[in-house]
Amino acid sequence: MTDTQPNTTIRYFAWVRTRLNRAEDDVTIPAAGMRLQDLAIMLQEQSTSHAVIFGRPEALKAAINKQYADLSALVMPGDEVAFFPPVTGG
Amino acid sequence: MTVRVQEADFDTQAEINAITDGTDEIGGVASFIGTVRKTHDGEMIKAMTLEHYPGMTEQALETLKAQAQDRWPLYGVTIIHRYGRLLPGANIVLVITASQHRQAAFDACQFIMDYLKTDAPFWKAEELADGTTRWVEPRTRDTAAKQRWST
Repeated sequence: MTDTQPNTTIRYFAWVRTRLNRAEDDVTIPAAGMRLQDLAIMLQEQSTSHAVIFGRPEALKAAINKQYADLSALVMPGDEVAFFPPVTGG
Repeated sequence: MTVRVQEADFDTQAEINAITDGTDEIGGVASFIGTVRKTHDGEMIKAMTLEHYPGMTEQALETLKAQAQDRWPLYGVTIIHRYGRLLPGANIVLVITASQHRQAAFDACQFIMDYLKTDAPFWKAEELADGTTRWVEPRTRDTAAKQRWST
């Protein structure tokens, strides 16, 4: 298994998107999966803004396949992952 | 039973009629309309832009609707939430609940709004008079409002 092509899209919303200056990143999740907290550590390497925002993942909300997920949840290749701030609708 | 996330405005009376037309079982209809305030934390708001997570937002609202229906005997539930750039005074959200008796309609309407505030993936950005934009911070009292339903 030497395939290192990006296989998973990470989507960003609200100030996570504006501070990162991008709406998504494509990353490579290993076939066995990866916990959201480890994905956050991996994302820190993408830029200095990523390092700041994903250095405090507990300040964010996360979703896997459009369902809220805890940082201990497992991401599998091909999942749709999203990180965003606490919501402020209504 | 309607859940919609849309850019366009909504017609509250038409949405109420959609629930009440053709039935004489309903004894009470409660509605809540959230609108854009002109001021927030002492600052004048020029406009507010609502961002959402297409797909997840609809799912979250459908879940809220189902939870309300499980909890109260409702003849109708409508949840409509707008996104995009809205000016002060504009409608943001509409919740309508209909039941045989008023208490169920009032309670279900409040329950949906309290959960929507903390669970539905929407984010507000405010445009201030000086042209800057700021993201609205969540309020702890919204989380407290939700907790009263957990008993």
